[in-house]
Amino acid sequence: MSPGGRRLVSTSVSALTCGAAGLVVCPLLLISGFLLYQGVSAINVDFFLHLPKPVGEVGGGVANAIVGSLIMIGLAVLIGLPVGILGGVYLAESRDRRLPWVLRFVADVMNGVPSIVFGIFAYTVVVLPMRRFSALAGGFALGLILIPIVLRTSEEMVRLVPSALREAGLGLGLPEWKVSLRIVIPAARAGIITGVMVAVARIAGETAPLLFTALGNRFWHQGLDQPIAALPLQIYAYAIAPYDDWHRQAWAGALVLITLVFLASLAARLATRGRIVAR
Amino acid sequence: MTKRWWIVPILLTAMATLGRPVAADAQMLMNGAGATFPYPIYSKWFEEYIKVDPEVRFNYQSIGSGGGIRQITERTVDFGASDGPMTDEQLKKAPAELLHIPTVMGAVVATYNLPGNPQLVFTGEVLADIFLGKITKWNDARIKALNPSAALPDQTIVVVHRSDGSGTTYIWVDYLCKISPEWEKEIGRGTSVKWPVGLGGKGNEGVAGQVKNAPGSLGYVELAYAITNKLPAARIKNQAGKLVEPTIESTTAAAAGAVKSMPDDFRVSLTNAPGADAYPIASFTWLLVYKDQPNEAKGKALVKFLWWAIHDGQRHPAALLYAPLPAPVVKQIEAKIKQITFSGKPLLAAQ
Amino acid sequence: MAADSLAGVGTADGLALPPRAVSRSRRGVGDRVYRGLILASVWLVLALAGGLLLALGWESWAAIRAFGLRFLITSHWDPVAGEFGALPFIYGTLVSSLLALLIAVPLSLGAAIFLAELAPSWVRPPVAFLIEMLAAVPSVVYGLWGIFVLVPWLRDWVQPALARTLGFLPLFQGPPYGIGMLAAGLILAIMIVPYITSVSREVLLAVPGSQREAALGLGATRWETTRIAVLRYGRSGLIGAILLGLGRALGETMAVTMVIGNRPEVALSLFAPGYTMASVLANEFTEATSDLYVSALVEIGLLLLVVTVAVNGLARLLVWSVGGPARGGRA
Repeated sequence: MSPGGRRLVSTSVSALTCGAAGLVVCPLLLISGFLLYQGVSAINVDFFLHLPKPVGEVGGGVANAIVGSLIMIGLAVLIGLPVGILGGVYLAESRDRRLPWVLRFVADVMNGVPSIVFGIFAYTVVVLPMRRFSALAGGFALGLILIPIVLRTSEEMVRLVPSALREAGLGLGLPEWKVSLRIVIPAARAGIITGVMVAVARIAGETAPLLFTALGNRFWHQGLDQPIAALPLQIYAYAIAPYDDWHRQAWAGALVLITLVFLASLAARLATRGRIVAR
Repeated sequence: MTKRWWIVPILLTAMATLGRPVAADAQMLMNGAGATFPYPIYSKWFEEYIKVDPEVRFNYQSIGSGGGIRQITERTVDFGASDGPMTDEQLKKAPAELLHIPTVMGAVVATYNLPGNPQLVFTGEVLADIFLGKITKWNDARIKALNPSAALPDQTIVVVHRSDGSGTTYIWVDYLCKISPEWEKEIGRGTSVKWPVGLGGKGNEGVAGQVKNAPGSLGYVELAYAITNKLPAARIKNQAGKLVEPTIESTTAAAAGAVKSMPDDFRVSLTNAPGADAYPIASFTWLLVYKDQPNEAKGKALVKFLWWAIHDGQRHPAALLYAPLPAPVVKQIEAKIKQITFSGKPLLAAQ
Repeated sequence: MAADSLAGVGTADGLALPPRAVSRSRRGVGDRVYRGLILASVWLVLALAGGLLLALGWESWAAIRAFGLRFLITSHWDPVAGEFGALPFIYGTLVSSLLALLIAVPLSLGAAIFLAELAPSWVRPPVAFLIEMLAAVPSVVYGLWGIFVLVPWLRDWVQPALARTLGFLPLFQGPPYGIGMLAAGLILAIMIVPYITSVSREVLLAVPGSQREAALGLGATRWETTRIAVLRYGRSGLIGAILLGLGRALGETMAVTMVIGNRPEVALSLFAPGYTMASVLANEFTEATSDLYVSALVEIGLLLLVVTVAVNGLARLLVWSVGGPARGGRA
């Protein structure tokens, strides 16, 4: 092919891939646009402060669902954060041959497990023995999703801490555990928090594992061992129902959810911007 | 920041327990799950009941009758709800004796989405053949014969059924079994059957939603769902040969025959009822409760609610197009509620 | 996500101490407690994973014993009669995922190549950012959009058009419900595009610059450089990225449940409603009323787990072969 022809091919391919990138970005704009358009009209103070109304009646809000989601995310982080960080520190610091490899493999595998399977596990292990649906079961299921994410991010962040810091600490005579807890982990703090925020953004939107753990609640929760509402669950229930008012609330709820998730992801990205030079 | 690391766990714990509701004292939460069929009236009842007994909250999740049966059997809820009565095997599987307490009666209607919203008429045989997949088009000769003046398009019927375990399904297929020997042989009855054709919707809500969204669809829902969503309800030819519209009166008429011979456990089928004005696809819906309650406070709250439901509560169903319980049946239920015990002692004090 | 933006940056050499740097005698109580906690966490994670497998295996044993391999090849899903065959769900999962791949792969690879190689540098960060935001959208929101925007569009425009032009193919026959396999495939495609794009982009970025320089030095155009030096080198990683997308698609639950029609039947047409393994679990798990029914559903869950784990495992191996391991935090 002539040089001119080859350049033409190159330019056309550039154009094609540019088009592909454009198409890829399109759905995001479409979906966000639609959410804004449909959801904004339904958002009012009531929506955030009130409980759902009886079936078929117009009005009410999703206050209990927002609170319920926050509670279960809090539980998931409480359960998953210590385990994830400690596991990540282990992976970064251990000199063993097999156990770290196994742990890394298991964590990566857990990352790919469909969340509904975790829901089944949580039903069998928490709901049945407790004899009830509960926020605890929901938090447990979400925690299972969170652990591998936090674990792997913590590992990477701890690895990035310069060994000089560690050596300095040891050189000063500090015991190992103080070096890790007081020097290494705080140094990796920003990255770890980023990892947690990424994980939180992920679990905030999860619906499937909550279907058979939290069950849902039309009122305020009465304790962590009781069924509880959650925003994604409420959106799902409203979306498949026939009532127009519920559809409006579903759009509004989706708008709220997606805003929260975006903010968390955005914050995670901004936190790492100053620290690590990405390509 | 390292100095104040304890802020984080405290924050998390705070988030995780986000305080009890500030306004009210801690209330007792009763959890129930099950049928979507009576969900509109139950959610109304539970809202109204807060005024009667502010100490208790009834949280009801409409996950389908199949779910209600399963969850009460596994004791993960305090009460279940179903419009398909539990079979003998299902009752045997339960860890203790379960009671069926009828609450209201309702009608399952054939609802559809056609341009112009015509009022259609069906017979049981035609419905059975549509759901068997033998009648596929709206302008089929048999449908036309029943509806000579309606504008029926040359369009495929989009059949919509339930994708979840459903008492509404049970009522529907129970009726089809009585009408169509082929249906009884091929498909049978149950809360979840092998549908020859159609899309699945989740809950009465899902089926109503599908029918509302898709032109040319035909599904079965409880009457309240059709009316509140401005969907039409077909008239059906009953056993006496009359074309009956689903209303409170025709639902009540369907129960007339059964009332005289109500079995002790209230498990009775009202479909294809005799009587000139009876609507052929009607049914009771039941709350499923254990005869011997495991928890005294909850048991007391439960029987108090049940008593209210069959007396004062019966003011509300009509507004939502459910039929209230016939008076003789209420008497029978009263006797049953008095049998609910905790550790052998009846829970219902003299009311 | 943040972790992945660190890929390729030189990581510090492991913080691990040389052996015996801290002699046993120096290990005080604090250290022992610390090590104990760490090991406890490690074993806890392993126990959870093991427990998951165990619980699923235990619950599904009854169905495995009752149906054996028949479970995978029969279509008969009849809760009333107690007959359970999972073929419709396996079929639905595979078809919807493959359809999604068919649509997503060309777009994702194109976008990844654009972002990694061909785009001017001022364009890259915002577009990459937008694509990562797409990955953050929850499944239920996709489903909501699917029901009210995608499905009516398919029902009123796309499916009739396809039926008119390509209706002779069994793939495009049957009434245009809107809801069905095509809707599920499309929604899945939109959902997996950001994953395949991000991972492909990292794979391409991980290709050593020397490869590109060599090609450019020989007089190749930008596209030729990309094709000869980068794509060929990163080929296995790209396949890995595609497999990661597949793994995601296989396990996706909510969005698919909301648009697929919930019909347990094997049908050739893309217009027909179907059912996937994840959807049947979402719809029927809380209400399976007999032990065998529950067991059959859990067996489906086990199948889903095994398949997604296998696909993801293979994907990771392939991706690591290009960029090296320690890719953390991303599903």
